[in-house]
Amino acid sequence: MSETPTPHPEQQRTAIYPRSVKGFYRRIKTAIVILAYGVYFLLPWLRWERESGPSQAVIFDITARRFDIFDFTLFAQDIFWLALLFAFAALLLFFVTGIAGRVFCGYFCFQTLWTDVFMYIEHRVQGERPARIKLAESKWNAQKIFKIGLTHFLWLLVAFLTGIAFTLYWGNAPDLIVEILTFQAPFAAGITILFLTLTTYVMAGIAREQVCTYMCPYARFQSAMFDSDTIVVAYDSIRGEGKKGRHKPSKELIKRDKREQQGYGDCVDCGYCVQVCPTGIDIRNGLQYQCTTCALCIDACSKIMTSVGYPKGLIRYSSENEMQGKRTRILKPKTIIYGLVLVAVAVIFFWGLIARSVVDVSVRQVRQPLFVVLSNGDIQNRYAIKINNKTDRQMWLTVSLRGLEGAILDLGRFDKIHVSAASSSTFYVKIKMPPRKILKENKSFEFVLTNINEKSSNWTHTDNFFTPKKLFKQSVLNK
Amino acid sequence: MASTNNTKPDSNKPQTKKPAVQTTGHAWDGDIQEFNNPLPNWWVWGFYASIVFAIVYWILFPAWPIGNDYTKGVMNDIEYTTADGKQVKTHWNTRALFEKNMREAEIKQQKYLDQLASASIEDIANDEVKSNFAYSMAKVLYADNCAACHQPGGAGVVGAYPNLADDAWLWGGSFEQIKTSIAAGRNGIMPAFSAKLNATQIDDVAEYVLSLSKHKTDVAKTARGKEIFNSTSGGCYFCHTKAGSGMESMGAANLTDSVWTLADVPAADNLQAKKEAVKAIIKKGVNRKMPPWDERLTETQIKILAFYVHQLGGGK
Repeated sequence: MSETPTPHPEQQRTAIYPRSVKGFYRRIKTAIVILAYGVYFLLPWLRWERESGPSQAVIFDITARRFDIFDFTLFAQDIFWLALLFAFAALLLFFVTGIAGRVFCGYFCFQTLWTDVFMYIEHRVQGERPARIKLAESKWNAQKIFKIGLTHFLWLLVAFLTGIAFTLYWGNAPDLIVEILTFQAPFAAGITILFLTLTTYVMAGIAREQVCTYMCPYARFQSAMFDSDTIVVAYDSIRGEGKKGRHKPSKELIKRDKREQQGYGDCVDCGYCVQVCPTGIDIRNGLQYQCTTCALCIDACSKIMTSVGYPKGLIRYSSENEMQGKRTRILKPKTIIYGLVLVAVAVIFFWGLIARSVVDVSVRQVRQPLFVVLSNGDIQNRYAIKINNKTDRQMWLTVSLRGLEGAILDLGRFDKIHVSAASSSTFYVKIKMPPRKILKENKSFEFVLTNINEKSSNWTHTDNFFTPKKLFKQSVLNK
Repeated sequence: MASTNNTKPDSNKPQTKKPAVQTTGHAWDGDIQEFNNPLPNWWVWGFYASIVFAIVYWILFPAWPIGNDYTKGVMNDIEYTTADGKQVKTHWNTRALFEKNMREAEIKQQKYLDQLASASIEDIANDEVKSNFAYSMAKVLYADNCAACHQPGGAGVVGAYPNLADDAWLWGGSFEQIKTSIAAGRNGIMPAFSAKLNATQIDDVAEYVLSLSKHKTDVAKTARGKEIFNSTSGGCYFCHTKAGSGMESMGAANLTDSVWTLADVPAADNLQAKKEAVKAIIKKGVNRKMPPWDERLTETQIKILAFYVHQLGGGK
């Protein structure tokens, strides 16, 4: 009957206050953030000249059922290209991960990019790591309310802008932004902005490294692509620990040769690499699943090593094999197989996308009724010709028959077929056959459709002309 | 201790210390304790959130029954104008939403219907946009009203309902004639000749009728049949004309072409069977009725149906 406080069933999050750091990898990461934000926020505003007139360079128009990406126009039926694109992206990820580990996580993942920006805001408002820890531990007062409040306000603002920018890809940006700001936007736009604002705020502001540690499936299964040759962020423990382990740079232990004599490693145990880590791990404990290879600890360590006059690279990009003094193999069977599959998918994807037909023609025989006997004894079959014009030009087509001697083609009121730009139309044509011309019960023939303006583009479609058995026999007898 | 020890005694791995199991603090018979396995926080908060959601829902939407009435919710925001111009404003409910959506669709459709109402069938057929709209709309009308007898593709049923997909028209195959047939209906009558003509005469007439569509018939019989056909003794020529080509104003069939709507001559294997099929019609006569549709369909609907039937295969 003891009333001892019991541990929580779930693990509690320990707050992480990453210290800022300057260095080579930080500069690369900042450049990528600026580039990614620039593209993401400005791309919807880029205009593009099209045959149908100027419009948005990248627009995913759901109501018109067409996606325009620069000079590519994809319609609803082309959506399987998206599946191929995903396959291509996944394979690229596997390929890169096999060689260089989690570069995607560390430099390009939007979770990393947005968290980076949110941390920057936090840093600017609340100050460096010690100031933030102090603020978090202090009692609530006007200053704390202001600083924490301002941080969350700015986070929400960035999240809101992120939501708006995303929404602008799905409509005409200049019109849509006015509609959004005057609350006239469609319901779907409002919901999207709300959802993205909330998820961005929660994921980049509050959940942060927990997204990578607990939510992201890729973070967990990427270990399957790792091997001893994979390049990871690694702590050179042989150099860092020496024989006796790491040691603070006390008076006698400031010179490197002195340390070596006494058996201490190069690690001065300053803890900078731990403080800068956005996932709150100690890289000196070896490769850990939380590590997104953001490389900030490399920058931190290099800075310290330079300041104490030791060579850089105590923490560096390296592989398990290299750390053990072996050679890192880049060309291994796994890389080659991933590479070959990647190239194959890329070729299928890009070649298919470029060579895809912009006009679909299909012919279907009307089956109800399959045939009709006309008053002069001719047999009539009807066919529905469906033309799907995915270009921005209207087109005219002529229809002719090949391999059906003696047949009369009846296009009805129109002597040629007209299809408007970016639309599809169905036309019914009749074929009449005098019985004495009929050679087979089911005669195979071809429809030939020719584009009037571009004689070179024509389509053939094989179909059958049907004569019922009884009538066919009679026509044979009458010959 | 109530907790069980799962670790094998012979395991040479170091035993990991499990955190003590939380209990409710009650004990019975000295040592029986109740484990406390609290629900995860996310679950508990999700539960509270759903309670809050439910209360918000009750306020916004129709929810609680009160006697014969119910709470309407504060969303009083469905507004639309009915077809007869009545303004409706009501609380949120799916029926009103449905009415509103249907009304909106009707208004959208009206734009095209107005164009069709003022256009002639000829204009509709010659215009790409109008004919596409008319086709889609008439297809549904045809399926609802016509397909039961004339079949979905217009092939009809031999002996009962005329084929609309061929080019033989009992009552005429022009746009206007088809429109009249649909609007006013038709009554196709041929008297029964079993009382007026004897068996031999009927046989002779049937022989002549088959000769009209170039069947190889007996010359003597055909000559006798022709005599009956074209004289007052038979009187067939009143409606079918002396040439046998029929009369659209009477709905009398053209006997010289290859199309048979009542006697299934093409299906019969030999001349005798074909003749029997023709004789059956001569004996019994015909009484077919197509009901008028102007009571059920609007002028525009009949117009586009005429267009649809016309394009099924053999319009003139």
